[in-house]
Amino acid sequence: MDIRRSSTIPRWVIVVAVVGAVFVLFPLVAMTTRVDWPNFLVLITSPSSVAALLLSLRTSLAATAACVVLGVPLALMLARTEFRGQRLVRALVLLPLVLPPVIGGIALLAAFGRRGLLGQTFDFFGVTIAFSTTAVVIAQTFVALPFLVLSLESSLRLAGTRYEAVAATLGARPTTVLRRITLPLIFPALLSGAVLSFARALGEFGATLTFAGSLQGVTRTLPLEIYLQRETDPDAAVALSLVLVLVAVLVVGLTLRTSTVPSLVRRGTS
Amino acid sequence: MSLAIQARVAERGFDVSLEVAEGETLAILGPNGAGKSTLLDIVAGLLRPDAGRGEWAGTPLFDIGGRHSLWLPPHRRGISLLAQEPLLFPHLSALDNVAFGPRSAGHSKDAARATARTWLAEVEAADLESSRPGTLSGGQAQRVAVARALAASPKLLLLDEPLSALDVTVASTLRRMLRRVLATRTAIVVTHEVLDALTFADRVVVMNGGAIIEQGPTREVLERPRHPFTAELAGLNLLTGTGSAAGLVTSGGLTIVGESVGAGVKAAAAVRPSAIAVHAVPPDADNVVRVTVSDLEPRGDSIRVRTESSAAGGSLHADVSPGRAAALDLAPGAELYFAFAASEVSIYPR
Repeated sequence: MDIRRSSTIPRWVIVVAVVGAVFVLFPLVAMTTRVDWPNFLVLITSPSSVAALLLSLRTSLAATAACVVLGVPLALMLARTEFRGQRLVRALVLLPLVLPPVIGGIALLAAFGRRGLLGQTFDFFGVTIAFSTTAVVIAQTFVALPFLVLSLESSLRLAGTRYEAVAATLGARPTTVLRRITLPLIFPALLSGAVLSFARALGEFGATLTFAGSLQGVTRTLPLEIYLQRETDPDAAVALSLVLVLVAVLVVGLTLRTSTVPSLVRRGTS
Repeated sequence: MSLAIQARVAERGFDVSLEVAEGETLAILGPNGAGKSTLLDIVAGLLRPDAGRGEWAGTPLFDIGGRHSLWLPPHRRGISLLAQEPLLFPHLSALDNVAFGPRSAGHSKDAARATARTWLAEVEAADLESSRPGTLSGGQAQRVAVARALAASPKLLLLDEPLSALDVTVASTLRRMLRRVLATRTAIVVTHEVLDALTFADRVVVMNGGAIIEQGPTREVLERPRHPFTAELAGLNLLTGTGSAAGLVTSGGLTIVGESVGAGVKAAAAVRPSAIAVHAVPPDADNVVRVTVSDLEPRGDSIRVRTESSAAGGSLHADVSPGRAAALDLAPGAELYFAFAASEVSIYPR
């Protein structure tokens, strides 16, 4: 970074900015000092830890897939159509972003729980959702979906409809336009939105605990495992936390890399 | 008539009825905001008018406001639109851009690419087939866009100022190419360039304020304009009035001497700016008009003198050499005399 180029910014802003950066980084650095390094590998490879990590990865991937399947049509509808109450729909879809996750969990119980509105319907078909791995995926999808929709909708608006109009006049049916023009054009945003959703799903705690409970190997994801271990084995909790931090850093890194893809497409070198 | 359109868009004050014969190229001239692009969007199916009907060779394209509303979506109209910007799909190679139409029509990838190669060769862009749109120059991209529009084998081609984003030399090459490909096709070309109309079009329609103000065969409209805007486009001075034995009498009472079209007939007189001599004192000529200079405008090797004349009932302009302009000491507000021979005036019924 070139400091001279930012000379129009008052010096005190930079001072506050440094304080802000330290505020975020310091706790993470502090955590690494608490890691029991000699036993690190043993701690993170205990059966319960491995089970939690694998469950987290599995459910988060499933939730990400669900977010893509549901989120792409939602974003398209919000960005490409006009209907009454559209602003309301957008606000409601984005609600999980600002809602305390515990409340999301309670709402999910009311809808899909054994005594929930749809729970009995599912029971009739022999499916019990609450306190199952499916419930974990549902909880994660619920909180992660807005990230994907938000990212896609703004990218769709930015891309505009002109390429789509040209494609239509060339004889392409709406589904062809979607498949061959719209989706490739917003692919970078789809990718970064999916990565963000994955990260959000991976860190999900409140809604999962409320709606899915904490059964080892079934619903106890890594964040739940860390919270439990904190009571009995703080060293394991810190070690697992570090694992989650590393995964998060990896995810953020991926997002930053994919966010450079659009400019590559425009230059035609990708 | 092959294409017949009648449409109204209240919000834009647009109300147009238009017909295009099969094999004909129609130019639409008009200033910005005249409704030219609105017309193309309606024909292409990208904009739904408030009311109107459109049909191609008896098959309806849309029918709105009647008992049974009908709207054929753009992909089922067989009408390609070429815009000012090439709008090549950035994620596809030039070849796949051109192959997009045939692919959408259900052809196999190989067949579509074979068709695309033919069209790229047709626009002299065969060497660009593997290029990404981002690496093409404006002229190259527009050539590929022409190939893409034609490869979709449209029954009607719409061109929205296809050359206006290109620099002059590139535009003239492309203009030649378009003249060749449009010769046998049914097309509507929107432009504000008279040269485009002369090059491509059998017939012109002049639009202003969302309506058609005049239309006819290209040469006739441009040589005998009936509307001041058309005269401006064609670079002619237009004087309107009533026919008399001597020629024409303007609303300001000025007599323009020329061939007579009959007394009492609504008539117009057209004079080329270069046929007008500019004098400081009244000269001896068939026609002398007293004018007040409103503006001077450099135009290459001459200076355009824009003037107002109450007797002529409007504005007149003439072209003089820089030397002559200096000798006359031209400046806005100066009083001058415009003189031209009766043989230089074209008088026609309006």
